[in-house]
Amino acid sequence: MSDVAIPAVPESRLQSHFANEQQQYETATFGMWVFLVTEIMFFGGLFTAYLFYRIQYADAFVHASHHLDIVLGTFNTVVLIGSSLTMAMAVHSARMSRSKSIAFWIAATMLLGSIFLGVKAYEYTHKWHEGLFPANFFYSAPDAAQQRIYFSLYFAMTGLHATHMVIGMGIMVIIAWQALKGAYTSRWYTPVEIMGLYWHFVDLVWIFLFPLLYLIGRH
Amino acid sequence: MSSHPYDPSATVRAYLMVFGALMVFTALTVAAAFVNMGPMNNVVALGIAIAKAAMVMAIFMHVRGSSNLIYFCIFGGLFFLSLMFYFPLIDLFSRNILGVAGK
Amino acid sequence: MESNERRVTYLNAGHTVKSWLLTVDHKRICILYMISITVMFVIGGLMASAIRAELLTPAGDLLSSDTYNKAFTLHGIVMVFFFLIPSIPATMGNFLIPLMIGAKDVAFPKINLLSWYVYLTGATIALVATATGGLDTGWTLYTPYSTAYATTNVVLPATGIFITGFSSILTGFNFIVTIHKMRAPGLTWFRLPLFIWAMYATSLVMVLGTPVVAITILMAILDRCGFGIFDPTAGGDPVLFQHLFWFYSHPAVYIMILPAMGVISEIIPAFTRKKIFGYGFIAASSLAIAIIGFLVWGHHLFTTTQSMYAAVVFSVLTFAVAVPSAVKTFNWAATLYKGSVSFESPMIFALGFMGLFLIGGLTGLFLAILGLDMHVQDTYFVVAHFHYIMVGGAIMGYMGGLHYWWPKISGRIYPELPAKAAALLIFVGFNGTFFPQFIAGYLGMPRRYHYYPPEYQVLNVLSTMGAGILAVGYMLPFFYFMWSLRHGEEAGKNPWGVLGLEWTLDSPPHPHNFHETPIITSEPYDYPEMAREFGEHAGHGTVEAAHV
Repeated sequence: MSDVAIPAVPESRLQSHFANEQQQYETATFGMWVFLVTEIMFFGGLFTAYLFYRIQYADAFVHASHHLDIVLGTFNTVVLIGSSLTMAMAVHSARMSRSKSIAFWIAATMLLGSIFLGVKAYEYTHKWHEGLFPANFFYSAPDAAQQRIYFSLYFAMTGLHATHMVIGMGIMVIIAWQALKGAYTSRWYTPVEIMGLYWHFVDLVWIFLFPLLYLIGRH
Repeated sequence: MSSHPYDPSATVRAYLMVFGALMVFTALTVAAAFVNMGPMNNVVALGIAIAKAAMVMAIFMHVRGSSNLIYFCIFGGLFFLSLMFYFPLIDLFSRNILGVAGK
Repeated sequence: MESNERRVTYLNAGHTVKSWLLTVDHKRICILYMISITVMFVIGGLMASAIRAELLTPAGDLLSSDTYNKAFTLHGIVMVFFFLIPSIPATMGNFLIPLMIGAKDVAFPKINLLSWYVYLTGATIALVATATGGLDTGWTLYTPYSTAYATTNVVLPATGIFITGFSSILTGFNFIVTIHKMRAPGLTWFRLPLFIWAMYATSLVMVLGTPVVAITILMAILDRCGFGIFDPTAGGDPVLFQHLFWFYSHPAVYIMILPAMGVISEIIPAFTRKKIFGYGFIAASSLAIAIIGFLVWGHHLFTTTQSMYAAVVFSVLTFAVAVPSAVKTFNWAATLYKGSVSFESPMIFALGFMGLFLIGGLTGLFLAILGLDMHVQDTYFVVAHFHYIMVGGAIMGYMGGLHYWWPKISGRIYPELPAKAAALLIFVGFNGTFFPQFIAGYLGMPRRYHYYPPEYQVLNVLSTMGAGILAVGYMLPFFYFMWSLRHGEEAGKNPWGVLGLEWTLDSPPHPHNFHETPIITSEPYDYPEMAREFGEHAGHGTVEAAHV
């Protein structure tokens, strides 16, 4: 029995266990969507806890939510949605084989992401000084204990969201660097597409976090 | 790589329109928060969030025009998420109805 | 034999440590996992031995209370998270899925390797936590004890479990994409082997459930660091922790049993030389178990402040989830009927599985009855029930699969007589260990207690004696498998003479599995048609384009 020779150098970026590039691309995007489903369930646990307590402690949640600055929250929402637009433009540039544009739009995304995180850092510091950080809670009010639950969830949810942003921005550095090396063309731009899916998901989570955390009972 | 021919200007126009719509909806949800609609406040806020999410998914994430498998993936995931919300709420809402301690 | 020496297989292609530790070959990753989970099984087994040794006498004289708590906690954590959850999926799933669907590897080979390193990281952290004081909360980590009152280090083992969860997620996600996207031409969904259906359903559970336990453990860790999510003094609800914890941990038991059922669905047609009865129903039942399995978790909360109405809903759904499992059991039995049954060791494990899973499953129904559960919850009745499923079911399935596919994985035949002895010892030892526990639990002996009233001693002594036999049964395979690697007869492509795409390949397979992509044109388990050609042509009929 003759041995099989080592496979020939793959054409373009086709990996040896795939039959063709279309299959490889579909596999990668489907894989990313499956991963996003796991992320939905991951954040979902926090949303479940939020739902559970919001119903039980509706008033305390309203009082606690009023501590959040609606202007900063709205600003951050606009910034993050803007970063989704710039990310979509990055994917579009990849589709058009425009390497410098990819890097530009990714840099823009990272800039907007950093602004978001900067505002969040400001908000967090402010909460800490007001005694609203759950592990160092010294805010007094009749429903302080339940407000502490709200803030536990606030910091857990926005903290997890921010962690996802930081990880995303870290990967964006690599993608931008690869883009500048000309790695992405209309024939193969899968990492950019997948990065886009991830970043849009981060935006989706915030689209729900914003009304649930900032906009309760403002009337 | 996609099976559809790519139309750059239409794509960019779609992105910009979605961005504009998202801005409008954001303003709308903030404004609605200041109007007292009773229990409808929650419905409106979530409804607007769902509409924004749908736009991001359909256009930014290229779900519109993608394969059935992706749709199945998304709706399957959302279905299970709703199960995780639903059953603990059954518990929460039916507590203390019987008048028996601890149930 | 000489030509085999020169044949390139996945085992001899590359001898360096680096070629193993940096492999992306799904078959080598199977071996890496197999070694790791065996080590974890031994650790979990040592904990079990400590528990059973302590329980020989009613007094708590062997271990202190605290040490005993740490022993059963570690036993649970290691056996559930570090042995059972990865067991069949990460070993046989990894090895067989590409082979059974005609692919060269899984969809994301590097992520496959990453999942093993993530598993190792989590396992190492958990073991370090053990060595530096251990954990005494029970594997279920219930709040507020774990978050507010435990004096042991909760954060470290919880972090280990959290990290290992991601290994599970990566494996499941890889399998889902592989099964959807990498099937050979002609391999439609209803031509897939039932092992693939089982692995697909398992992967759905892994992907949908594991993130929830991950976030729940994260919330518990945050609470341990001062947050108040489950703190009753702040209005937090410990039952919410249990809802979120069991949302995963109940489907987790299906992660453990579905692959084993998939293995049984492969072994039974093979050793009855008969087409499996009700293929479509077995395939559908795997999905049904996976989905309905997500709807029953509240049966772990029957004795908490969960409302009576929710309890009734969960009780009814728990009855419902037994139905697809019963469908499988009926279909396996129907396959045996008028089949040409032979009793090689994999078949003994499979038959043992059927009996033990039956008892485990039926006692699960007893526990689904609210009134009965009030009496036997947190007693040895529950312990016996889940060990019948997890050990009598899942581990028998693992052992059966290991024996069935060992010739394919290693290229060697193991000696049949010691294997039969091991299977019988395991069956007898298992029943000896756990059947008395049903009785002890029904009579009221609580679980997680290390001293007990003297009237339970006889049952405990019987249980420990059974455990001794079980331990011998588990140790035997290690020896004869290792022996077979050196001295076992070389397996040909199809030592059992059965149908299946994996049996058309060399044993052990070439690194790239198939030299040419096979084209599938027939149903699986097509035995009656093969009966005429059985013998020298067995296994070739289903694969038109594979070249030897």
